[in-house]
Amino acid sequence: MSTNGSAPLLQVEGLVARYPVSRGVVGALRREPKLRVHAVDGVSFSLRRGEMLALVGESGCGKTSTAQSVLRLIDIDGGSIQFDGTELSGLSPRALRPLRRRMQIVYQDPYESLDPRFRVGATIEEPLQVHGVGSRSERSDEVRRALELAGLTPPELYVDRYPHELSGGQRQRVAIAASLVLHPDLLVADEPVSMLDVSVRAGILAILDELRDNGLAVLMITHDLSTAAHYADRIAVMYLGRIVEEGPAHEVVENPQHPYTRALLSVVPKRDPRERSTPQILRGETPNSIHIPVGCRFHPRCPLAIEECKAVDPELRRPAAATDPAHRAACIRV
Amino acid sequence: MSALLEVEGLNVWFDLAGGGELHAVRGVDVQVDAGERFGLVGESGCGKTTAMLTIMGLLPPNASVAGEVRLAGENILARGEESVSPHRWNDVAMVFQGAMNAFNPVKTVGSQIEEPLRLHGIAEGRAARRQVAELLERVGIPSDRAARYPHEFSGGMRQRAAIAMAIACGPKILLADEPTTALDVMVQAQILELLLSLAEDFELALVLVTHDLPVVAQVCDRAAVMYAGEVAEAGSIDALFHTPRHPYTRMLFAATPDLHAGGERVVSIPGAPPRLDRPLVGCPFHPRCDSRFEPCPTVTPLLKVVGEGHVAACHLNDHVREGALV
Repeated sequence: MSTNGSAPLLQVEGLVARYPVSRGVVGALRREPKLRVHAVDGVSFSLRRGEMLALVGESGCGKTSTAQSVLRLIDIDGGSIQFDGTELSGLSPRALRPLRRRMQIVYQDPYESLDPRFRVGATIEEPLQVHGVGSRSERSDEVRRALELAGLTPPELYVDRYPHELSGGQRQRVAIAASLVLHPDLLVADEPVSMLDVSVRAGILAILDELRDNGLAVLMITHDLSTAAHYADRIAVMYLGRIVEEGPAHEVVENPQHPYTRALLSVVPKRDPRERSTPQILRGETPNSIHIPVGCRFHPRCPLAIEECKAVDPELRRPAAATDPAHRAACIRV
Repeated sequence: MSALLEVEGLNVWFDLAGGGELHAVRGVDVQVDAGERFGLVGESGCGKTTAMLTIMGLLPPNASVAGEVRLAGENILARGEESVSPHRWNDVAMVFQGAMNAFNPVKTVGSQIEEPLRLHGIAEGRAARRQVAELLERVGIPSDRAARYPHEFSGGMRQRAAIAMAIACGPKILLADEPTTALDVMVQAQILELLLSLAEDFELALVLVTHDLPVVAQVCDRAAVMYAGEVAEAGSIDALFHTPRHPYTRMLFAATPDLHAGGERVVSIPGAPPRLDRPLVGCPFHPRCDSRFEPCPTVTPLLKVVGEGHVAACHLNDHVREGALV
């Protein structure tokens, strides 16, 4: 490990990622302006070893694009990504390669992310072969270790099985094992349990919890605020390509400041039927990220919006009512 | 007075292509009163969707059914399609899982909502189009959007349109199968709000089929928890959460994280549900249960009254006095 424990493993500043949108043949002939989706529009955050940050938000808010940018799975259009002191944004694929093995991702759908023709052992060993790691027996030891970390014990019971012989929860454990086999420092978990049955979700999240306790940095992408509240150390709430509120998970959930976060939390159903509350339902839908509103991007749906909000694009800063110094929100009204 | 919908001793088997059969619904009893909001909860493969499709008479040809489904006292399974079809859509309607993705992409949304009105002889031509406009407005879609195609609607809007189509013929019961599962939490709140207001305005009984316990906790009066094709426990949603009498109910709630219960441990349920293509012996939940004891692997527990309007199928209730917790 080249850095000391206090510096962040991952430091993202002003990240921007845009996708071109097709204008269609007619649009192109009419020379209509090229349209771009501003998937990530100036996102900054940091992540330490042994920490879990949850990026939460609704579909289209840019949380998955942010994670993909960090892993350089998509090209970025601006900003800086520092991984363990190395700037990733300008690196060639070749220079990136040794760093790639230290950053891994677990996808949402364990039915799609595993090759059905590969036995479990081969799936987990593949990254080792790709990166030319170890002898055959060393690789076999690593596969066993990864299976154990993912809670598939004893490993002998699983190495020779095919994905179709496994339940959804077991498949996701295989995907996690494959992501751990290279001893990464950073794990991105993109909606790791949303395809799984409720009864097995906690088991998968407990693995991530334990890996975090053992020093892994975990970036979890989720739309489920209850999961984020329960497992993450910090929560960053995204809206239309920006982080609008960020802070320690408990502070964001119990003392939300941004009107979007407040609305979002109010509509999360509670488990206890005696705690029925009136949700604060926002009307309409999130605008598309091609035409982002001027000023505060949330102002057209915001219950607190004033004239100034149409002009000022608010920066993240500490809200007046924050009870934690690390709590930040992008709203001029709080 | 009898309930609006009574399901009694319902069994559904599917013939499997490779021989053998899968016993998907294994003796289900459920009652839903007029205007009630009822939750049917369970994980994938527990038989909740199959039970609902049976009520609609929409099972595939490889299914066989036993038991009764009574609608206002009449057994609509008695003569197969002949006895179900007069009630389908007119009395009992369903929003299918993934309905918002099941629109025909080459027909306008309005014409697709118009179809049931025409087929059921409720309205035609201009009158039908007027009714479609009213339905759309009622579910929160501007009526001028009737001429638009499904791809021009967002997921939430398509779900609203699917609900409009389901209520087009004025049913008394609406079965909604995972109506918010693929939706964002804010859109989910909008759709649930819509379903509740429709239920109130039209005195609809709402059966919400879902794996999402918190949604049921916030929306329903009563619920049944299904496991391996059976009802494990049923009662008021308050009783299910605060005084569960089946370990599966308790463990399912404990496996569900709550926004404000940060310090509480969320515990998964070990193992997986049993295969339903083989005979089951004993309690179907016993291999995963944290409270099993000697009768569980061999003796099948029957649903037993454990409180007012509260039933559970667990041997713990054979010995425990009424009121004590599992």
